[in-house]
Amino acid sequence: MDTAKAQASASGETAALPPWQDPAAEPLIRLENVTKRFGDFTAIADLSLDIHEGEFFALLGPSGCGKTTLMRMIAGFETPSAGRILLGGEDLVPIPPNRRPVNMMFQSYALFPHLTVADNIAFGLRRAGLPKAEIADRVAEMLRLVQLEKFAHRRPHEISGGQRQRVALARALARRPRILLLDEPLAALDRKLRAATQFELVDIQERLGTTFIIVTHDQEEAMTMATRIAVMDHGRLVQVGTPEEIYEQPNSRYVADFIGEVNLIEGVVTSAERGRLTIEWAEGAAPILTRSDVDAPVGTRVTFAIRPEKIAVSAERPEGLVNAWQGRIEDIGYLGNLSTYHITGPAGMRFKVQSPNRRRIARREFSWEDRVWFAFDETAGLVLTR
Amino acid sequence: MKLSRFNIVSLTLGFAFLYLPILVLVIYSFNASKLVTVWAGFSTRWYVKLFHDEAFLQAALVTLKVALASASIATVLGTMAAWVLVHISRFPGRTLFSGMIFAPLVIPDVILGLSLLLLFIAMNVDRGVTTIIIAHATFSMCYVAVVVSSRLITFDRALEEAALDLGATPFQAFSLVTLPVIAPAVVSGWLLSFTLSLDDLVIASFVSGPAATTLPMRVFSQIRLGVSPEINALSTILITLVTIGVITTSIFSKRSALARTDETGG
Repeated sequence: MDTAKAQASASGETAALPPWQDPAAEPLIRLENVTKRFGDFTAIADLSLDIHEGEFFALLGPSGCGKTTLMRMIAGFETPSAGRILLGGEDLVPIPPNRRPVNMMFQSYALFPHLTVADNIAFGLRRAGLPKAEIADRVAEMLRLVQLEKFAHRRPHEISGGQRQRVALARALARRPRILLLDEPLAALDRKLRAATQFELVDIQERLGTTFIIVTHDQEEAMTMATRIAVMDHGRLVQVGTPEEIYEQPNSRYVADFIGEVNLIEGVVTSAERGRLTIEWAEGAAPILTRSDVDAPVGTRVTFAIRPEKIAVSAERPEGLVNAWQGRIEDIGYLGNLSTYHITGPAGMRFKVQSPNRRRIARREFSWEDRVWFAFDETAGLVLTR
Repeated sequence: MKLSRFNIVSLTLGFAFLYLPILVLVIYSFNASKLVTVWAGFSTRWYVKLFHDEAFLQAALVTLKVALASASIATVLGTMAAWVLVHISRFPGRTLFSGMIFAPLVIPDVILGLSLLLLFIAMNVDRGVTTIIIAHATFSMCYVAVVVSSRLITFDRALEEAALDLGATPFQAFSLVTLPVIAPAVVSGWLLSFTLSLDDLVIASFVSGPAATTLPMRVFSQIRLGVSPEINALSTILITLVTIGVITTSIFSKRSALARTDETGG
């Protein structure tokens, strides 16, 4: 987000508009009605997407949604069955992978086991026919970038998993590609190292200004790193937006459910006026009152989505929150900093509620089987029609 | 599990069955007597005599030439066949081709020899060293294909893609990345072909011409006139060579197995 803003203002154009909102901005890479079929199976279905210079773009989706196929088409390892892939206006499709200004960091890292770290990094530079001195300079620069100067002469099997990941990154960046593709770059790392590496990747991306396209199935990873996220399902883009948009304004049940935790409540609109909806969702329970600019006339079946952390739990009926019900705590998931409460509300509907643990556990306010109120105000949730 | 008395007995019997004849042969090659079955003290005279026998030396030279050339040809062809079979999952006739590449492994030598002979006659090729080389390359390339393809199956295809991605041409990707990584398997394929060629009597007899006699052929024709201590000496040398070949092959395949665990991130 910050990089994008910085670039938009640096170019001196229309103030702080990020490039994807600027109609005059030329995308770095444009996918035009790209389709990929493997036999009878359609991996990518008529997909169009613009990615701009300097973005850290995430392709997010469950395995088999086509995100890796999409990336491999940009790299040149797969050919689209239909459609065009334009890089700076030039069609990439007829260009073989070894002549594309695009480099890829493989999920398995694919380091050459018979070459040292330095030779791995130099591989692409040698193929480009750079003079020896320049190759040496660039290798040194890359080693510095990923802090592996001391390991230049080791073989890939003589270094740790995290170090291998950084060699793979350095090798892919050494040719100064216009786009770096990262295929699940952190999947092989353990949790703690992954968190640290996420920030390191963002840092490197901001320093170099290279456009990064990352493929991941991990929504947290996409949220922390990306300027924009494309959520994919069955070879289609479901939603493209900034992490904030994707999280706060998912356009469908699929996106709401895929990104983070959410309570999805089915209901029928019983009144709709001036951006205020009333949703009847259970016999005998107070209806949901919410603000929404969704076009949902009376009688429409809708899904009401609300994030667990936007619901408050209390012993007494809270004042000022229009939506409030009583329920019983079924289960408490203690996460240290947070607790997740599973509350059975009206009509046996289960709600997930998350709240920070402001007190130490011995002095916890609620316990199993407690009857509590849970409530949220009319702007906390979202009405989804698909 | 501990070695019980039964285990020891069966092990001894097994090894005796396998190696006693060879051991006897090796011992008698150092026999001073001209009579093969009578021990008359240690001597290396048969080795000396062997190295002064023009005909034997000639045959040894032919065998070596054939083995080196056929092993090299078989390695190139076998590696290429293995690469195509493993990497290109769909092309017309793939199943047929992959079945056919392994067929010569089970076809009896006599039939293979005969069919090659008929082919050479039909093509009007003069029989000699060249035809033996071609014949040996034919059957040993199957062994190379088997050895190399079993290595290629576990080879991470992403390595080749990474090479292409970094600007290598397909040929560079193969020669700079694939080949060095699978080298141990290729070398052991070569050694296997070399040993097989060294060994072969049947096929060589079919396709050789008057000027080309290999060592096994020479030995076989000598034996028909009676066993001489010279043959014992020669056999001992051959056994030593083959043993070295087999041990080197197994070292290389072990190393290739180790390299594989490295590659997958050990």
